[in-house]
Amino acid sequence: MANVIGSIAALMNGMWTVLKQGLEGPVTVQYPEVKRPVHRRFKGRHFLRRYENGLERCIGCSLCAAACPADAIFVEASENTDDKRYSPGERYASTYEINMLRCIFCGYCEDACPTQAIVLGDNYEMSFTDRSQAIYTREMLLDPAAPDARPTPQKVAPGSFDRSIPDMKDPD
Amino acid sequence: MTDAVKPNVETTLVNLTIDNVPVSVPKGTLVVDAAKRIGIDIPVFCYHPKLEPVGMCRMCLVDIGLPAVNRETGKVETDKQGRPVINFGRALQTGCTVEVAEGMVVVGYTEKVQKARQDVLEFLLTSHPLDCPICDKGGECPLQNLTMAHGRSDSRFIFDEKIKLAKHVPLGEMIFLDRERCIQCARCTRFQDEIADDPVIGFEARGRSLQIVTYSEPGFDSIWSGNTTDICPVGALTTTDFRFGARPWELQASASLCTHCPVGCNTTLNTRREAKAGGEMVVKRVMPRQNEEVNEIWLCDKGRFAHHYAAKDDGRLTGPLVRRDGKLVAATWEKALALVAEKFEGAGKGLVTLAGGKLTNEDLYNLAGLAKARGGKALLDSRMAGGDLTAQVGLSTGSNLADLGKGDAALVVACDLEEEAPLWWLRVKQAAERGATVIVANPRRTKLERHAAFTLRYEYGHEAALVTALVGSFSPKRADLPAAVQALIRDKDVKDAGQAIAGAKDLIVFYGSEGTGLAESAALARACANLLIGTGHIGRPNNGLVAVWDKANAQGGWDMGLRPSADLAADLGAAKAAYIVAADPAGDSPALAEAVKAAGFVVVQDIRLSATAELADVVLPAAAFTERDGTFTSGERRVQRLHPAVPAYAGLRGDFAVTAQIAARLGVAQEKRLATGVFNQIAASVPAYAGLTSAALSEVREQWPVIGRGDVYYGGTTYDNKQGLGVQLPVSGDSPALTFEQPAEPAKFKGLKAVPVTRLYDRGTTVTPSAVLHPRLPGAFIALSVEDADKMKIEPGQKVQATLNGVTVEVEAHIDNSLAQGVVLAPRSFGLAIEGPCEITVKK
Repeated sequence: MANVIGSIAALMNGMWTVLKQGLEGPVTVQYPEVKRPVHRRFKGRHFLRRYENGLERCIGCSLCAAACPADAIFVEASENTDDKRYSPGERYASTYEINMLRCIFCGYCEDACPTQAIVLGDNYEMSFTDRSQAIYTREMLLDPAAPDARPTPQKVAPGSFDRSIPDMKDPD
Repeated sequence: MTDAVKPNVETTLVNLTIDNVPVSVPKGTLVVDAAKRIGIDIPVFCYHPKLEPVGMCRMCLVDIGLPAVNRETGKVETDKQGRPVINFGRALQTGCTVEVAEGMVVVGYTEKVQKARQDVLEFLLTSHPLDCPICDKGGECPLQNLTMAHGRSDSRFIFDEKIKLAKHVPLGEMIFLDRERCIQCARCTRFQDEIADDPVIGFEARGRSLQIVTYSEPGFDSIWSGNTTDICPVGALTTTDFRFGARPWELQASASLCTHCPVGCNTTLNTRREAKAGGEMVVKRVMPRQNEEVNEIWLCDKGRFAHHYAAKDDGRLTGPLVRRDGKLVAATWEKALALVAEKFEGAGKGLVTLAGGKLTNEDLYNLAGLAKARGGKALLDSRMAGGDLTAQVGLSTGSNLADLGKGDAALVVACDLEEEAPLWWLRVKQAAERGATVIVANPRRTKLERHAAFTLRYEYGHEAALVTALVGSFSPKRADLPAAVQALIRDKDVKDAGQAIAGAKDLIVFYGSEGTGLAESAALARACANLLIGTGHIGRPNNGLVAVWDKANAQGGWDMGLRPSADLAADLGAAKAAYIVAADPAGDSPALAEAVKAAGFVVVQDIRLSATAELADVVLPAAAFTERDGTFTSGERRVQRLHPAVPAYAGLRGDFAVTAQIAARLGVAQEKRLATGVFNQIAASVPAYAGLTSAALSEVREQWPVIGRGDVYYGGTTYDNKQGLGVQLPVSGDSPALTFEQPAEPAKFKGLKAVPVTRLYDRGTTVTPSAVLHPRLPGAFIALSVEDADKMKIEPGQKVQATLNGVTVEVEAHIDNSLAQGVVLAPRSFGLAIEGPCEITVKK
């Protein structure tokens, strides 16, 4: 007898769950019109950031490529001049490529970067119809310069940007 | 180098204990070296095993104790267990300046020592910029490595007090100095002083203001400058060639050889795939590879920087070209080779092959084989003779210039050794410093004279006469000798030098091509061979004749049966078909350009479109030395192998393979697949190379100093040699005979006499594609004597018109005050039409 009552209770419990779900709204959203916000620590596609004055933060040191466990990053450096300055200091990345098919979005590149140039953003919309489209170049990755800043390369006063890496401050 | 670590020197052994490991090393060894020998690393910055110790950086501080000796009995005191009592000093001592002693105990693992290392590093880092991310040394930097191994994780100094200095100082056109990064170890200045003998950089001021400056104009004027970047323990000195080229860990390494001169320096080519180059593999830098019998751990700047001629740029040939309607147009390999074979077939015995001296032995073997099979001529593009003599009385197996020392002698005749073969200059200079008698015979002043015991001057053209006079000074006087020789024999210096030569334990004779054409070179080589035979300096290691060839693999060319032509213009002009490989006669001389035009059918095989190729009927491309396998034979008769570093253009092969494909169409079977296959044939058919195998060439031995192996702080960034030290050929067994020839009287001219000289930095096709060297390449010039310049009222640096062999060139006039009146120096490979001594007219 107790067995029968137990079965009915379980059945009712199940039916209640179905009823409850049926009264709730849909969990799906109308992507791409509607986009769900991502979590704070979400790691999406990379951006190369700039300083406020428009100069690129990336100095082409290739440490991101060295840290990358998937060998997805390729960097080539060239030398800055004061007439054609891309970044502070002597060196900038003349080629910067990330193969998004290889990238596992681990964020090690972000950790390795000495100038916080590369950051993983919240963009996850990367689909390709061709493998070569998966290579994101420097131009695609670079943030646009702020409206009040000049784009790179900039012509600057000689000797005004001779440090590649912001000076270290004494710990408090 | 201290005496103790020199090879083949018998010394007494000293027993000591380092970090509880007992070790026996020769007396005089330094504590750091003794530790290194048993694999214990005592960290160093300023110490370098090739330089004298200075003890400046204090990084090598260790606790050193000596056994206590009872003053009365003179015996070592022992404790109750019978172990010797060790007295440690109160302070730590620098391991790089203390020599080992019997019973010494060295301790490097105690807290006291570790603390000292930490403190030294903390001090060094107080003013180091820590811009490792953009530093070319980052990743192969001793300061980085030692900080990780021995440094503190924090600093007690105030960051704001770091001094700010210039970070972008062009010390010379090839070397950049970053003043902030310098840790003032003086390795670079000591290298320039002790090893290169070009003290053009030095310390200025003292304390925190101390900095490296250059004293020369132009800055850092030394052909050895690149080596300072290897031994710099930080990124203070970097090359412009590699500036920001790649991070060291991204580079691949391939063993190669320098193809610029007959020394055959071992190199490592560092390559990387490059987006800028369209995704191709690119040679990013050339680094020395340790071979203590050839180049030690050094490389001259030409070897380091003049590698761009092999780069895949627009100037490279990528496919065959065939002349159609007067123009060279692209053709398929099939068509081009068929045409070449058809014409060679038609030429019969009228085939002339001319081979350049930077080809590998395999190329030369196949070329000579083709010419021989067709009954044609196999010529070598060289203006020096004597390859047959060096095969008989050259250096034999087991020779090493580092073994020359007290009681030995080296004669350098008709050769500006530093310009013609820089590493040999360095090693002969070191022999002089070890006590060897160096005799320099040259008509003008050369750098080696600073280290010469005897400096002999003669008139250009009397090279052979002088060497004969050296023999004459100890052999019975021969009345039939020409007056010039008689006069030289009576010269006191010649007499003394002759005695030094006769009494030398080991003798090596270097002869070059200063002022000689082919005929003079033949006479000189014969005279040098006579000197060696006459004094019994043959058939033993460290004795014999070394030709300072004008081409890297001229020795290989002679060994493979090619010979320079006595009259190249006539031979080429009369050729029914000419097959010119890796040589540019038309570019060398207008007279030869005419001869190439006169030749029946001209096939040129090269990596770039040379002046000769522009005149050719068919141009065949080949792979550059960076893209292929092969062997070279150095002037010391060491056979060494190079390996491909980057892939060749599609369809391009080594020269031997192209030759073999032509040969196959003519019914001559040759190996066309593998260079090692040709090498095996050489080993089977060329007597001197008998029994050689690729495996033998790849053998390595333990070398001192120990470098590479993850401890870049000891020897610098020079590469460890894991790919082979090469094999020195034995000399042929026949006992060579003395063949005296009457030294010819030098040619006399009505006007000024021009003599050819070799400059390291010339304007040849293998140098000019390297833009990094351009600021150091002189323009075309001639050098006049003071008297002639005065007579013609020519100022130094003035532009003049020089006419040689009917060709007029505008050149800059230099003045050399060691030059005799009536003689004009005309450098080779500067567009001047000079092959041997000839008449020159100079007009303002």
